Amino acid sequence: MESFAYANPATVEEAVGQLAAQWGEADVLAGGTDLISLMKENLHAPRRVVNIKNIKALEGIRKTAAGLRIGALVTMDELAKSALVLAGYRALAEAAAGIPSPQIRHMGTVGGDLCQRPRCWYYRGGFGLLAMKDGKSLVPEGENKYHAIFGGGPAYFVSASSLGPALVALGAKVKLVSAKGAREVPVAQFFVTPKDGDTREIALRPDEILTEVVVPGAAVKSATYEVRQKTALDWPLATASVALEMNGTTVKSAKIVLGHVAPAPWDSPAAAHSLAGKQVTEATAEAAGKAAVADARPLSQNAYKVTLAKVAVKRALLNAVKG
Amino acid sequence: MKTMELRVTVNGQPRKWSIGPGDLLLDVLRREGFFGVKRGCEKGECGSCTVLVDGRAVNSCLMFAAKVQGCEVLTIEGLADGDRLDPIQGAFLDHGAAQCGFCTPGMILAAKWLLDKNPHPSEDEVREAMAGVLCRCTGYIKPVEAVLAAAKQPAKRATRKREPAGVAR
Repeated sequence: MESFAYANPATVEEAVGQLAAQWGEADVLAGGTDLISLMKENLHAPRRVVNIKNIKALEGIRKTAAGLRIGALVTMDELAKSALVLAGYRALAEAAAGIPSPQIRHMGTVGGDLCQRPRCWYYRGGFGLLAMKDGKSLVPEGENKYHAIFGGGPAYFVSASSLGPALVALGAKVKLVSAKGAREVPVAQFFVTPKDGDTREIALRPDEILTEVVVPGAAVKSATYEVRQKTALDWPLATASVALEMNGTTVKSAKIVLGHVAPAPWDSPAAAHSLAGKQVTEATAEAAGKAAVADARPLSQNAYKVTLAKVAVKRALLNAVKG
Repeated sequence: MKTMELRVTVNGQPRKWSIGPGDLLLDVLRREGFFGVKRGCEKGECGSCTVLVDGRAVNSCLMFAAKVQGCEVLTIEGLADGDRLDPIQGAFLDHGAAQCGFCTPGMILAAKWLLDKNPHPSEDEVREAMAGVLCRCTGYIKPVEAVLAAAKQPAKRATRKREPAGVAR
């Protein structure tokens, strides 16, 4: 690990004052589960690490007029167990609970989950975010078992965020703060699919800190279903988060978002549309799953993910109306 | 590298150490003689380096030592009360819940975290709590049985004598 200076700001103002206009100068440290891995591999070698863990304003979950306000430093463990989250935002609690070790849930934060870098083994192995060699990606003809089945490149990594799909389904926004001011960005636009190797996969700028997430208060039934190879210490192969606005027993409007299948959470309006005005049954849930993967374009080794994504949608829908 | 002063309570003893910003908690604890904190995968996957920070199980390989400023850290060395083993340690002995022993400190500390907040867990809750620690030799059945037994009979375990010392610190 390269040496660096360690800043311990007590306020957001002090913290953003430690950031820089370009990536590479400073990195924000919260739980550290991703940043330390990146620094160990020399994928990130910041000159300054800005520890935000002492900023009290970034903690806590509370109800506001705009909905549920979740501080960036809320841990996955707190999120999964929060009575407020469990009561109205089940998709989010289930996404957090899915992270499979108490140790990681105790350390990992909401902000860190959204800002973590992809787990793509080409990226982690030093081949760059898009794994380009001689002007073309190594992924389509390489080891692509865990890569994207949507999006069509040139980015083939999958978004590693566990909360992203649930937050997109629930219509959440993130607040990004820099020394120049604050802006709110819908989570759906926070994740970006880079077209070149110099673009980040999130809309965060190098001089900004993600300070909170706001999830609107609309009454919806929601759920997240994740498919993993193992129940312990594993990343999901495919996930689905669904949020349903109901009209009695029929679906008024739906939001269906897949995870770990594309460089960003993958919203499927076709699947959502297929449910409008219908009850959620085995048959309609299965049809929604089919609609969600109709445009999937798997690579040489990951056609299995199409089936998993389809089933994840079906099971998430059935779980959402069950509870 | 620039150094900084770390004030931390380890196993009930206040400590003052000089550390570098990039020093990992795992490395600092081992440097200071807490060899029960095991260096495994160093990627937050195996859980052998598990310690409790302010009562919560964390991977010390994924944490800068600077992060525990002012915190209370518990390592396996701090679990026994003098000659009395912790009930979980006693149950691990009774059940032969270790083979090579490398993952055992992490397992016992993960169990300690669980039983502190949930003294009467179900088997599923025990398995969930231990999911962050990998064993590569004996498996998980004996450790899970040991934790369930420790939860059932705390009074008996509390008086059990420590076995002859292995590595003392």
